[in-house]
Amino acid sequence: MNQISIRRALVAAALLGSVAVAPLAMAQDYDANATIRIGSLYEPQNLDNTAGAGQGINEAFNGNVYEALFQLTDAGTVEPKLVDSYTNSEDGLTYTFKLKSGVTFHSGDPLTAADVKYSIERVTAEASKSSRKKSLSTITGIETPDDQTVVITLSARSISLPYNLSYVWIVNDKATDITATEDGTGPYTLGEWRRGSALALNRNDKYWGTAATNGEVIYTYFTDATALNNALLTNAVDVITSVQSPDSLAQFSGNPAYKVTEGASTTKEILAYNDRVAPFDNVKVRKALARATDKAKLLNSIWGDYGTLIGSFVPPTDPWYVDLTGVDPYDVESAKALLAEAGYPDGFEFTLDTPDYDPHPIVAQFLQAEYAKVGVKVNINIITANEWYTKIYQEKNFQATLQEHVNHRDIVFYGNPDFYWGYNNPEVVKLIADSEAAATIDEQTAKLTEANKLIAEDAASNWLYLYPQIVVSAANVSGYPVNGLNSQFFAYGIQKAK
Amino acid sequence: MRRPRSILTYLLRRFAILLLSLLIAAVVLFVLLRLLPGDPANALLGVGATEAQIAAARTQVGSDQPLLTQFVSFVGNLARFDLGTSFVSKASVLGEIGNRLSVTVPLTILGFLLAIAIALPLGIIAAVKADRWYGAAISIVSQLGIAIPVFWLGILIVTIFAINLRLFPSGGFPLKGWTSFGEAAVALALPVLTVALVIAASLLRYVRSATQDVIGSDYIRTARALGSGFTEALLRHGVRNGAVPVISILGIELATTFLGAVVVEKVFALPGLGSMLLLAIQQRDYPNVQGVLFISTLLVLLIGFAADLLQRFIDPRLRGRAGAP
Repeated sequence: MNQISIRRALVAAALLGSVAVAPLAMAQDYDANATIRIGSLYEPQNLDNTAGAGQGINEAFNGNVYEALFQLTDAGTVEPKLVDSYTNSEDGLTYTFKLKSGVTFHSGDPLTAADVKYSIERVTAEASKSSRKKSLSTITGIETPDDQTVVITLSARSISLPYNLSYVWIVNDKATDITATEDGTGPYTLGEWRRGSALALNRNDKYWGTAATNGEVIYTYFTDATALNNALLTNAVDVITSVQSPDSLAQFSGNPAYKVTEGASTTKEILAYNDRVAPFDNVKVRKALARATDKAKLLNSIWGDYGTLIGSFVPPTDPWYVDLTGVDPYDVESAKALLAEAGYPDGFEFTLDTPDYDPHPIVAQFLQAEYAKVGVKVNINIITANEWYTKIYQEKNFQATLQEHVNHRDIVFYGNPDFYWGYNNPEVVKLIADSEAAATIDEQTAKLTEANKLIAEDAASNWLYLYPQIVVSAANVSGYPVNGLNSQFFAYGIQKAK
Repeated sequence: MRRPRSILTYLLRRFAILLLSLLIAAVVLFVLLRLLPGDPANALLGVGATEAQIAAARTQVGSDQPLLTQFVSFVGNLARFDLGTSFVSKASVLGEIGNRLSVTVPLTILGFLLAIAIALPLGIIAAVKADRWYGAAISIVSQLGIAIPVFWLGILIVTIFAINLRLFPSGGFPLKGWTSFGEAAVALALPVLTVALVIAASLLRYVRSATQDVIGSDYIRTARALGSGFTEALLRHGVRNGAVPVISILGIELATTFLGAVVVEKVFALPGLGSMLLLAIQQRDYPNVQGVLFISTLLVLLIGFAADLLQRFIDPRLRGRAGAP
């Protein structure tokens, strides 16, 4: 099978939701004690996902070291993990969870309801840095009637509660500070850790579930995409979790020693307008710029044949996805007409605050050239990521900016008029709020699909493209996750041929 | 009876200069860091954080305090040699610097020694055999070496020795550090070579000109007139005299090597002080930035101090002077 067809097969398998993390048939073909070396650009800054560790900690620890009541699988489904069964009351305000029995932490302590309560409260605590804290704000009480039962009461219905609980690590309540150590229930324990360099996970031989198909995993961290590729080329790593240097793919894609797989991504590159300020408070102006952007050309110039065009903020893996690329297709003449209707026949000028790292500066230059064709002048202002957070996210002091949004199911940001981009459509706000209070998944999906269509009609932002999620590995390594949902990278099914 | 007192005065004076330099460096650092736009709390937060979370994070790192309050606590901690803990990683700054120095110090010292081993013989040959084609060739190649940026040379060396020839790893450092001695040594091979070549190029020029001065000096001519061979005269009289200017340059070059190592770490993905500093600046992790720069400044000043002492040891003429350069 050639590289392209392997890639297609894996994409197809991923979308069918049937990616086999650990094919069982080939039990004797792999080295059960192999060391799997994973190369990544996302080094965790500490080991606590509520203390500002960054997305790297999810990649290394979610599902590997820590587990949650539910797991967001690589295929995008939410499945019970530490929960054995659960019920939801008629009014939707009381969830009762029964925990799996026989689960122990790495320290040897058994999993109890008190640990679950402690773990949820870690995320909702005042000192918590978790960006997911807000989504748990409807929780009003957590009761533990016995060691195996957790009862969560809510102030309002929350259909996403199981999903939201999938990123709440269950931590032993005796572990106080976990910024440099861990006590989880997962198939790996923390081994050696050298900041700035690498982090090792050792197989947990007392794991309550199916043991990992390798003996050890070493995440090796790089700050430079080229150095990371060199490591794979020289056999210093076995897998790259997420290729971020499109130019380098040619080194691997034509070579039988490597496998290139493109999975589903949730990372969106967007031009976010400040919808509060003129001229971007005018929907015609926003639509005009959307139509003046040749997104296919942009995506191709950055990623070649990889990546996906999107017509709104929702990627195909979210249940409320619909193809909206036809709402404002590339059309320079209609862009000019819309600008004239909006009162800007000769265009206008605006400042684009551009983060200083790839791909934003290149995207900014592309947009500058595109918009010049409709008389709109773009002034590019390069800022650092840290400055972006203060100037744009907190102070909302900007006209337009570029940003990549990595999370799964984050259309909810458009339901918050105080969010940095200031999009405020009361109908969308209501739909998004109501969707969370939905009684069924179908109802939730219907409401969010409706909201999705409305934000596209309003051209709330300019959604440029969906990043590709590309994993490259040595040919003798298999069983790794191919989709980058919520930056997770489950290592327990990875096999290395003997 | 004059000498012991003057050495004591000299040492005290040097020590005072050292402290003053450190204090000035600390103040400049403090001010420059706060002039950068952004906030250290931002590194802890992501898109989706609420205003209450942002406020709590600012309180935690102290960036909500007036600058003067921040400065007083900064200087107070420094005086107790307490470099604090990182805002982001929560690790002890001094402890982490110690870990990082276990990469940066061997890289600097080995790179420096290799540079000397290359520059000394070649520099002398370039001076003594300036009229031969290879003497001229050495001078030209060293000029080229000075013009090449260190990161570019690093990329070139990776391409040749790691990717094409597969002789050495392209980067990284073993997880267990120097406990896996062989692996650690191999990991440093190409970075050391990169640092050494760049430093050797500039060092070579100093050695060559010092040698030229010595060759043209009166005492060599006198020694030769008294019957010494050229090589004997050079070794007996020339080396000691020529060493004095070279050592003062070596002190500066060692400090340059240290800074070059910081750049090379990025190319080779080494967990040294340089990569710690770059990340800390991106994150506005003040304790880490201040800690790394403070320790680096201290090391550079100490190297200068040591070079100065060594010079006085070699050249008796300098010993009587209290305020040596």
